[in-house]
Amino acid sequence: MSIDIETARRVAKLARIRVEEAALPALARDLSGILGFMEQLNEVDVTGIEPMTSVTPMRLKRRTDVVTDGNIQAQILKNAPDAREGFFAVPKVVE
Amino acid sequence: MTDLNQLTIAEARDLLRKRAVTAVDLTMACMTAMDAADGLNAFVHKTPEIALEQARAADARLASGAAPAMCGIPLGIKDLFCTRGVPSQAASRILNGFRPEYESTVTRKLFDAGAVMLGKLNMDEFAMGSSNETSCYGNAVNPWRRANDTTPLTPGGSSGGSAAAVAADLCLGATGTDTGGSIRQPAAFTGIVGIKPTYGRVSRWGIVAFASSLDQAGPMTRTVRDAAIMLGAMAGEDAKDSTSAAIAVPDFEAALTGDIRGKKIGIPREYRMDGMPAEIEKLWADGAAMLKDAGAQIVDISLPHTRYALPAYYVIAPAEASSNLARYDGVRYGHRAKLAQGDGITEMYEKTRAEGFGPEVQRRVMIGTYVLSAGFYDAYYNRARKVRALIKRDFELAFAAGIDAILTPATPSSAFGLGEMADADPVQMYLNDVFTVTVNLAGLPGVAVPAGLDAKGLPLGLQLIGRPWEEGDLLNHAHVLERAAGFVSKPGKWW
Repeated sequence: MSIDIETARRVAKLARIRVEEAALPALARDLSGILGFMEQLNEVDVTGIEPMTSVTPMRLKRRTDVVTDGNIQAQILKNAPDAREGFFAVPKVVE
Repeated sequence: MTDLNQLTIAEARDLLRKRAVTAVDLTMACMTAMDAADGLNAFVHKTPEIALEQARAADARLASGAAPAMCGIPLGIKDLFCTRGVPSQAASRILNGFRPEYESTVTRKLFDAGAVMLGKLNMDEFAMGSSNETSCYGNAVNPWRRANDTTPLTPGGSSGGSAAAVAADLCLGATGTDTGGSIRQPAAFTGIVGIKPTYGRVSRWGIVAFASSLDQAGPMTRTVRDAAIMLGAMAGEDAKDSTSAAIAVPDFEAALTGDIRGKKIGIPREYRMDGMPAEIEKLWADGAAMLKDAGAQIVDISLPHTRYALPAYYVIAPAEASSNLARYDGVRYGHRAKLAQGDGITEMYEKTRAEGFGPEVQRRVMIGTYVLSAGFYDAYYNRARKVRALIKRDFELAFAAGIDAILTPATPSSAFGLGEMADADPVQMYLNDVFTVTVNLAGLPGVAVPAGLDAKGLPLGLQLIGRPWEEGDLLNHAHVLERAAGFVSKPGKWW
């Protein structure tokens, strides 16, 4: 499976990473090379095999549905690039 | 007497408990070595005030009587671990300036045990790399050099700073993390010991996530005994990590009996790769002979799906990474791109991530995005997860047939030169993980043990793979191999 420039552009968009037009051909080439390497997986007979969901056979633990932490607004916002009036601030989302 | 910074953890523990040395003196010796080793670029954030405060507290505790084994032991901490109030940025520009308001479970446990943090260690960005060349801090450098050659070599990756710091005696031990070989490959490249425990043995809470179903933290030390001591302090169930196992942590050091008589060691034929250097082949055969001399039985085994481990890994790990790294969006922490007039939230995400992530991280996030996207999910991601199940079954069948441990080379070569792989395609770099990645896919414990030098004078390591939750038994095998190999070489100091 080879990735064309259009697909590379779409993947970059989905991943929310800006890729300049000029960089798309190299990206498409890189991604194609890696996917080519993955093609080997098609040689394996996986009939009747369940996809692995957990590497150690375990049920995911449950905990009591209670509040265990809180009242740490200042700590939560401490590392924010832009925090105002107790909120994370972002550019306008809805017109 | 050896310089204090050259002590093993076990030696230092005994001297500290006898009050023959103080934690402050030990810490000062390490800080002196650390400050003289900036050429290695191993420590990227030094924390001398924290170290001295912790050392003084350790001395008080030691003076008052019973103190845990790690009390007063100076360590380096991989930059992937969140440490409260101290930069923790996974060697990425996107976490520039990030100072966590909380402590990872592993560092908290180590500090509760009295360990001392000297600083944060270099690594590949988000632990994605095998040479420490993807770091936003620049390359970490291997203290080892080829004989009569000053070419700077890679310490391996992703835990390259940890490996360089331990090999150069800047600290007594370091934390590492291993998603596809990131503890074991750098350990092998620098002549030290590194163990990746069973998946679920060590809490992942507070460790910046790369691929959650594969990531495990472990110790990197100069001896197997030290790895046993330090792993004991790092391991254990944690309510904050639902995949951490409710299995008691045994005394790993007590398992080092040196007796492996009657144990069955598997030699997997599929690990004999085409074009494997003769030196690696010989090292492997020598290792098997050493274990045999110690009374173990050597058995040829087959792990038929081995060759599919790397391609399966390079589907699964990027898929998980693309999900985990979605959180870096410039909103809650880290870098946010400067926006142009009229830019909305989508432009903010796209510019922030383009500026913040390096090329290898971008590549993996995009590969992961692709294999998870509609129409390709079954063909790539689900198929890889099925192949992963088969790889795990290969190991289960071997262990069910009575195999106690599996011996393989740790890496396909010794350390290579920094920059030597710059023009290679990404897949060439991925081949570094060929012997280690199966262990992560199967969730097993694996340890790299230094076993010899190659013709260029560089260390080579062997890997032992153990049964799940049997790190003690695995380390006992490693201990026997370490003693038999008698690896005592140290890098000549040039830095």
